[in-house]
Amino acid sequence: MDSNDNSNGTRHTVRRLDRNGLDALTAALQADGRMVIGPRVRDGAIVYDPLDGAGDLPWGLIDEQDGGRYRLVPGPDNAAFAHVVGPQSWKKYLYPARQTLWRGRRDGPRFSVEVPAEPTPRTAFIGVRACELAAMAVQDRVFGVRAHSGQSVGQQQYTDTGYAARRAAAFIVAVNCSRAGGTCFCASMGTGPKAESGYDIVLTELSDGGESVFVAEGGSEAGWALLDRLDAVPAGDGDIRAAERVVDATRAHMGRAMVPGVNRLLAENLEHPQWDAVASRCLSCANCTMVCPTCFCTTVEDTTDLTGEHVERWRRWDSCFTVDFSYIHGGSIRQGGASRYRQWMTHKLSHWHDQFGTSGCTGCGRCITWCPVGIDITEEARAIHDDCHRTDDAGTGRGG
Amino acid sequence: MAAVQTKPRRRPKLAVWKFSSCDGCQLSLLDCEDELLAVAEAVEIAYFLEATRAEIAGPYDVSLVEGSIGTLHDAERIKMIRKQSKVLITIGACATAGGIQALRNFRDVDGFIRAVYARPDFIDTLATSTAIQDHVKVDFELRGCPINKEQLLEVLNAFLNHRRPVVPPMSQCIECKMHGTVCVMVAHGTPCLGPVTQAGCGNLCPGHDRGCYGCFGPKETPNVAALTKQFAALGWTDAAIANALRSFNANAEPFRAEAQHRETPSQRVPS
Ligand code: SF4
Ligand code: SF4
Ligand code: SF4
Repeated sequence: MDSNDNSNGTRHTVRRLDRNGLDALTAALQADGRMVIGPRVRDGAIVYDPLDGAGDLPWGLIDEQDGGRYRLVPGPDNAAFAHVVGPQSWKKYLYPARQTLWRGRRDGPRFSVEVPAEPTPRTAFIGVRACELAAMAVQDRVFGVRAHSGQSVGQQQYTDTGYAARRAAAFIVAVNCSRAGGTCFCASMGTGPKAESGYDIVLTELSDGGESVFVAEGGSEAGWALLDRLDAVPAGDGDIRAAERVVDATRAHMGRAMVPGVNRLLAENLEHPQWDAVASRCLSCANCTMVCPTCFCTTVEDTTDLTGEHVERWRRWDSCFTVDFSYIHGGSIRQGGASRYRQWMTHKLSHWHDQFGTSGCTGCGRCITWCPVGIDITEEARAIHDDCHRTDDAGTGRGG
Repeated sequence: MAAVQTKPRRRPKLAVWKFSSCDGCQLSLLDCEDELLAVAEAVEIAYFLEATRAEIAGPYDVSLVEGSIGTLHDAERIKMIRKQSKVLITIGACATAGGIQALRNFRDVDGFIRAVYARPDFIDTLATSTAIQDHVKVDFELRGCPINKEQLLEVLNAFLNHRRPVVPPMSQCIECKMHGTVCVMVAHGTPCLGPVTQAGCGNLCPGHDRGCYGCFGPKETPNVAALTKQFAALGWTDAAIANALRSFNANAEPFRAEAQHRETPSQRVPS
């Protein structure tokens, strides 16, 4: 039970790490020349910042989350990963908010263009959750790193090379969630809480009152090799069964759930009055899109210096909640809040399937927690769902 | 490699004008220290009393206008300046929204004059402080109290190079998120005007654990009523909400309207 066979027939041993073992893991990654990035406390939230060692993890803290509300409070155990996802996602590192696309300069009667070639940092991400692995898989399809069954063929022909390089340079240490947050709904999206693939190592934290131990399993040759180097004891059968129970308990305690059949439901209700109802509450502030780990839209900005001799083109995060986003010849298509919210939500949950062959939502709950007025994507879907089912009963259905 | 035109350009004439204001925005131009020489090389500073007493007669290629219209004399003078300016750019909350002095718009101005001045009869003022665009056509409005010097350079730069300025009318929240700032409203329960305020300050207040004060005025399509409902849920009274909206951009329509509703809640049209 404590071994896995891989395709080469080599046997790998699931390990059991204590807190020192976790420190040894981060030290080994640093020794490999990687910047280790993981959850740590800053400004009253758990963010993804560089870590010196396992001591920087948010030991003993949990995050209470609800629509428009987030608070760090002491948890029942001195656990490292009892929190869930925070305001930032790994997108911050894989797909930075601002990137220079090219620089141009005037050379006498000619001009030259240079694409900045910055070296890609070798990184290790520690504490990546199942919903975040799912989000990376979604962005891999969007940026042409992984094939998909959607209609967006452009993404399969053209790869965002910067994204691809940063993705390839990241070693991923995933964590199975030992607690579901108030706004989590990964179980209903089929993305969590157990990390199924896309990691090098996965940890499950066991923290029954005392000091935490971590059941550590590889997900890639590099991951298994690193675990073998750590000189940690093999995990016992009891540890492995306990790890399974942890994930099952988390699955049973999801803060929220998405209604079933939401893809078709939204596609069939593009004129539902709920869009105006949510628009009266929505600020068009774009927080939901900024925190969403799959949202990928950007705009380009051109700058010049005062002499006009140097120019730069920048790419920065943009959002379907801005007016300029849908600006075409003659004006902006989505003038009102209803059409902007509808664009966002139907893209995430419905026509993303057509475009990329998956849902664009992984159920991480960030858009719910970090909306300043607590607008809840699961509640908005449920309102349309319940209305359709109520009217269906009365025989005057809007469908869905 | 395409060949491009290299004919040296005539240096455009720049004028900087002041109306009812504190001079802080004009000083942002002097504050450009590192870039100031480049600006002085790129343009001919024809009128800028904060920097030089030399005055070169109009017309001007670009006029930067600071301050609000608070007197009849102001209202006449801005028309003369408009006539002499090819491009007129207003800078700062006074010029774009009437400034903090627009608080008088909501009260009896004679009462203020009697309370503040020893010789009220010396004071000659309009009952309101209003934005430059309420009086003449404005080509571009640069927001802020004070303006951000990088944005000022960007706007000058864009006009000199015949391109659109990169000054997006988006929310302060986008700026917060691009900086990786933790939201003070969600994580600390601090009311913040960022969701209805245009970005541009460089993330000053939320980056220092404060709610946004709205210095850059309303963003595009602001939903102020929905945000203040959340402020009320966080424990703010109508009076506190009205006060928060009544600062440097008090007379900007979306802020003015919501403050008025909060001040006289009984008159609010039910939504
Ligand atoms: S749903 Fe919330 S976070 Fe998103 S734009 Fe609307 S108010 Fe902002
Ligand atoms: S739409 Fe919301 S819940 Fe879904 S992935 Fe994006 S932020 Fe997470
Ligand atoms: S701190 Fe204020 S401006 Fe920043 S995201 Fe939160 S509500 Fe928006």
